[in-house]
Amino acid sequence: MTENTSTNKINSYQKEKNREEMRKQIITFALMIFFTMIAFFAVAMGISSMFVIPLILILAIVQVGFQFYYFMHMKDKGHEFPALLIFGGIWVTFLVGVTFVTIIWW
Amino acid sequence: MSHDHSLNPKTMPEDPSKATMEGKHKFLGLWFFLGGETVLFACFFGTYLALRNSTAGGPTSQDLFGLDLVFLMTVLLLTSSLTSVYAIYHMKNNDFKKMMLWLGITALLGIGFLACEIYEFAHYIHDYGFTFRSSAFGSAFYTLVGFHGGHVIFGLSWLITLMVRNAKRGLNLYNAPKFNTFALYWHFIDVVWVFIFTVVYLMGMVS
Repeated sequence: MTENTSTNKINSYQKEKNREEMRKQIITFALMIFFTMIAFFAVAMGISSMFVIPLILILAIVQVGFQFYYFMHMKDKGHEFPALLIFGGIWVTFLVGVTFVTIIWW
Repeated sequence: MSHDHSLNPKTMPEDPSKATMEGKHKFLGLWFFLGGETVLFACFFGTYLALRNSTAGGPTSQDLFGLDLVFLMTVLLLTSSLTSVYAIYHMKNNDFKKMMLWLGITALLGIGFLACEIYEFAHYIHDYGFTFRSSAFGSAFYTLVGFHGGHVIFGLSWLITLMVRNAKRGLNLYNAPKFNTFALYWHFIDVVWVFIFTVVYLMGMVS
């Protein structure tokens, strides 16, 4: 019987933890919408491309970081393998990007 | 492994999607898949970056793109990412009905996104004569954005199949990993879209 009461306690603790987690996710979402709006406004305002392109790329990278670490839970324990796979993919993306941008340089 | 026993608060593990060995394998398998998907889209992005100015006298990105529709599509897909987070939140609290409700909202937002994309492509083809064969830019654009749209179609079919198949089963340790892997895939689609709206649309409007 003591076992039962303790599981119930864990459950209410668990529920509270999940709610706390959800609060963080909503903050993440609000920030992502905010960053998207900054990127679109910067382009709509017609600021010089030397400044706008690095800005929107940085905003995209931050958004994707939020998506991976919060929405896809990479910040939680036990995500070493997912991190290895995704960073491996990002490394390939970097190589492909550099290759294709430099191949048309001349 | 008790596949057909629904979960109740007393037997509920902390994360039902990773409580079984099968669930753990599905989780890892999906991340392997996403690593491969990253490489696939990397190649499309690289090709697009190289060919985006090769318009062969046809429409350029500045002629075609409009910010309003792309912003609407971004909001739709980003919100659908949040609603699938809600679905997984209710899964962890063992609330099957609310999970299904939020998954349904996710599906509707995904369909909205897809409708916008079909409208956009039809608009380019009919009003500008801009097709896959117009120029190297056209081929690279439709391959990249179209493949992403294809991923959305696949994701929607996956979600609807999952919801119909498990409608009467309730939540258990057998189907919880299935819902969780779908949610991860759906977030990844949004990750790709963030780079599409930045690299294709916003950078196409600027330069």
